[in-house]
Amino acid sequence: MAYSYQLKRVDFIFKNENNWEKVLATTIKKKPEEIINELISSELKGRGGAGFPTGLKWKLTAEAKAKNKYVICNADEGEPGTFKDREILSRVPYKVLTAMAVCGYVTGAKEGYIYLRGEYKFLEEELNKAIEEFHYYCQETNLDFKVKIFMGSGAYICGEETALMESMEGRRGEPRNKPPFPTQAGYMDGPTVINNVETLVHTFTIFEYGAKKFYDLGVQYSRGTKLFSVSGDTPKPGIYELELGMSLQDFVYEFGDGDTKAVQVGGASGFLVPRKKFNDTAIGYQGKLVGISLPTGGSMMLFNSSRSMFNVLDNYLEFFREESCGQCTPCRVGCQQLLLGIKAVKRGEKPASYLEKLLRLTETMQYTAKCGLGQSVANSFSSIVENFREEMIY
Amino acid sequence: MAKNINITINGYPVDVKKGKTILEAAEEQGVRIPTLCYHKDLCVAGNCRVCVVEVVGQKRLSAACATPCEDGMEILTNSLKVRNSRKHIIELLLSEHNADCTKCYRNGSCELQELASEYKIMTQDFLELAPMKNYTIDMFSPSIMKDDSKCIRCQRCVRTCSELQGVNALTVAYKGDKMKIATFFEKPMNDVVCTNCGQCVNHCPTGALVEKNYIEEVWEAIADPTKHVVVQTAPAVRVGLGEELGMKPGERVTGKMAAALKRLGFNSVLDTDFTADLTIVEEGNELLTRLKKALVDKDPDVKLPMATSCSPGWIKYIEHLYPEYLDNLSTCKSPQQMFGALAKTYYAKARNLDPENIVSVSIMPCTAKKFEANRPEMHDSGYRDVDYVLTTRELAILIKQAGLDFEKLAPAKFDRLMGESTGAGVIFGATGGVMEAALRTAYELVTGRDVPFDNLNIMPVRGLEGVRKATIKIEKPLKEWSFLDGVELKCAVAHGLVNAKKVMDAVKAGEADFHFIEIMACPGGCLGGGGQPIPTNPEIRRKRTEAIYAEDGDLPLRKSHENPEIQKLYKDFLIEPLGEKSHHLLHTKYTKRKHY
Amino acid sequence: MDPVQSLVKGLADKYGRTRESLLPVMQGVVQQEKYLSEYSMVEIAREMDIPASDVYGTATFYSFLETQPAGKFIIRVCKTITCAMKGKNQILFSIQDMLKIKVGETTPDNRFTLLETNCLGWCHKAPAMLINDEVYTDLTPEKIREILSGYIKKSI
Repeated sequence: MAYSYQLKRVDFIFKNENNWEKVLATTIKKKPEEIINELISSELKGRGGAGFPTGLKWKLTAEAKAKNKYVICNADEGEPGTFKDREILSRVPYKVLTAMAVCGYVTGAKEGYIYLRGEYKFLEEELNKAIEEFHYYCQETNLDFKVKIFMGSGAYICGEETALMESMEGRRGEPRNKPPFPTQAGYMDGPTVINNVETLVHTFTIFEYGAKKFYDLGVQYSRGTKLFSVSGDTPKPGIYELELGMSLQDFVYEFGDGDTKAVQVGGASGFLVPRKKFNDTAIGYQGKLVGISLPTGGSMMLFNSSRSMFNVLDNYLEFFREESCGQCTPCRVGCQQLLLGIKAVKRGEKPASYLEKLLRLTETMQYTAKCGLGQSVANSFSSIVENFREEMIY
Repeated sequence: MAKNINITINGYPVDVKKGKTILEAAEEQGVRIPTLCYHKDLCVAGNCRVCVVEVVGQKRLSAACATPCEDGMEILTNSLKVRNSRKHIIELLLSEHNADCTKCYRNGSCELQELASEYKIMTQDFLELAPMKNYTIDMFSPSIMKDDSKCIRCQRCVRTCSELQGVNALTVAYKGDKMKIATFFEKPMNDVVCTNCGQCVNHCPTGALVEKNYIEEVWEAIADPTKHVVVQTAPAVRVGLGEELGMKPGERVTGKMAAALKRLGFNSVLDTDFTADLTIVEEGNELLTRLKKALVDKDPDVKLPMATSCSPGWIKYIEHLYPEYLDNLSTCKSPQQMFGALAKTYYAKARNLDPENIVSVSIMPCTAKKFEANRPEMHDSGYRDVDYVLTTRELAILIKQAGLDFEKLAPAKFDRLMGESTGAGVIFGATGGVMEAALRTAYELVTGRDVPFDNLNIMPVRGLEGVRKATIKIEKPLKEWSFLDGVELKCAVAHGLVNAKKVMDAVKAGEADFHFIEIMACPGGCLGGGGQPIPTNPEIRRKRTEAIYAEDGDLPLRKSHENPEIQKLYKDFLIEPLGEKSHHLLHTKYTKRKHY
Repeated sequence: MDPVQSLVKGLADKYGRTRESLLPVMQGVVQQEKYLSEYSMVEIAREMDIPASDVYGTATFYSFLETQPAGKFIIRVCKTITCAMKGKNQILFSIQDMLKIKVGETTPDNRFTLLETNCLGWCHKAPAMLINDEVYTDLTPEKIREILSGYIKKSI
């Protein structure tokens, strides 16, 4: 097979953690605007999956006028197939803390929170030790910034930024109406930067090596590197830092088991890509590199030909049915209809044409759901139903 | 001043104030966008999503209720994409809903049904989820029924209970497909802090929360030849009933209502306003007695401020949440219960009837009154004082069932003995009304002169502000009240239990030195009661308020103690205010209830 | 003060009595009591001056805040896609077989409660489960027997 293999393994995130004091000291000698400009020129985008430009987020919060501002590290890593944030927090916590402190310096926030999902409670103790030492350093260097851990309690939706803030305020984790956005009114109504764990670590890389080095990695619109959580039918499951912009074919070449039927990119809320489209799919945020490109929080789940795509979809939909916050109609009822709908089609209780009705329903969910959860159920549903229709029907 | 921005709605350019939502901007232009979770009384939730509209250039649709207009926005409220999405959402709601409409209490007045009809949802393509759910129906409360199978989870009731009432009996529990509206630990409504105010019923778009109705029981009583059925009508009913029968908000229908009640077959059509006047005489005297004991005798057992006790929602609220202040409540029964106790004693005797055969029905703007009539202590006549309580809405159902063309009815008068009232009795229906009526009487009792306000209208206690305060200086009192000379009588008025909380917290913190406080559980007072026509909103409350004060202004007598029937009642039966008979029939005690 | 009252008071003293402290306080009660009983929720409501219904509504939102009586060790087996693919059902069978309870049940001695849960974030080492806060990965029926035996010994 004439195939040019292009996957680029890189190693920034998990090395040089001991550098943090130096990186922190040199970074906060710069003016806040300088730091923001550096982030903007690096073109770093949020690594939680939504891909909002990080520099702009910091800038908006820095410009907002308010007494209390906050920095929140979103460690409510709940997307099926994602486990990179846990790895970051257990291996390089000081990088995360450093990035949060710099963000505090840039935006004027004095308080930082790590919202840690309940499933990761075993990390709490070690992380608190790191925070304690970090506070000691801050005190020594007169940096007015404190970090606290806020434990979640088992709710996928709390990874949605405003739901997370509701949760931190002691309420049900139900997403808020936007606007206002967190940069204007977030936690406790204060302007808030909320970044994914990995995003913060990438800012550390940028502070350490400069924006150019980061920008030079990846491709247009998708700069830098990304941690990928690889699982499913693969001989080497685990976490890998890769340059963005790779083709899915390259990825499967490296991680597949030789019989890869499809890859779920971006977790249950992402897309399923069938074998025939591997070559046309690039992993990045937007823009046409190879064919289509996909945003991703870094979850890559591989399925070989022994897997039933019906079962996969069924599993996702059950997940969404339970993890929807339940407040908005399209998501709450839509998820139930999709799940029961595919079962009915599979059992022959509804005709195959009912799948078209369900596809139209996912469109409505995408247009009308209040938050990203309901809006993105359409991704996996339509990509599975359209590509593996024969597996869905009776 | 907020500056104007330019947008277009369905292609027509529009000037709107910055900060307005798309929904508000469209409404101003006469473009109605359907809503379900939106209510003018409540904060914006944006969860039902039926109000989605298309903003040109955006892939996703926006919830009109929750999206502020931005300069240059091109809004489409009825594009194909909007229509299709909206239809889907209605279909989804219907799939989760027990849509057996013909068997529903809200059949014909349901917002979901209306939308389904408007969008001509003729088929149910989606799977029916309702039969798969373990929906429960709570029928334990004498006031309110909660049927989860009709619930569309718009959370209007939850926001009402929390934002308007500060009671928080209802909450949202669970998530995902199991998300539901629940009480604490899913106990029955009558086993939690619920005050039975019925604001949740009034704000519910569907039949998930309705009053417990006693329509058949009343028809049966009327049809029973051995029974003498008396009916009393609360002041606020006459300014609301018309709305249920095709008339505009704020229309006064006192005469038509009396005429209708007669045609329904009630043996005697009487007026709660009469006992409202009686309440004022008793309560006014109670206030003055308390003032004397507190200010002259320095009696430590006498509690001030004295609080009004006519609103049963407020009574249950204080019993649950501020039980240490029960002694501050006036011991006077509410006008409904005074009427009930007198109907089966004074009235029975005067009309030479066996009280056993009297069925006492009341028409109330209120669902808490159903609970109140059901209280075990409300048997002072030797019988259950009030047998059935119907809301304004239930009365309208009776009138419709009887086939009466309400608007064409010639006005009639109330029957006599307990049918005469004054303007002071009428204003009980509005927030501040009890206070104003009490002051008209008490001031005159103390000074021998009219209360010093133009045309007896005590404007400082009127209005729709949540908490209002007023001070009246007593000058040149009669000799026996000389201890009140120069005393500034401090009053507070609150409506909506969230405002009651403000007053009570101030009292508790020792920050308030009021003598007399009036509290009504419902926003606007009884005219905004949980049993009033749906919808009730700020605009409608304002119109009903105007109607109440107009009714007062038009009456020849406007002070309770001048009511000739009241004077006769004391002469023939009660002997004197706060006397022994009064004590037995017209006063009551309160029960401490659990806080959580 | 009974144990629940002093537990709640202690937690409120530690975390504060504003609404933002509700989750930490409830988590503290669950840590100690394994679940939030009606009584403990009333105590939380009283101590923090939050409506009891809100405590209930918030508690029921979060999967890890149990409102049903639960055993000393709560086993949560991940049921999301990778774990489901990699033999979650066999794991469940072996646990059920060993403890003689079904999903959602608690052993009569109140030592173990068996639950399923959504993605635990160990997809590369599926199947995975939590026992209280402890993670176990790459599970096999043999491993289950070993792990559970340890717990059974531990709890005697």
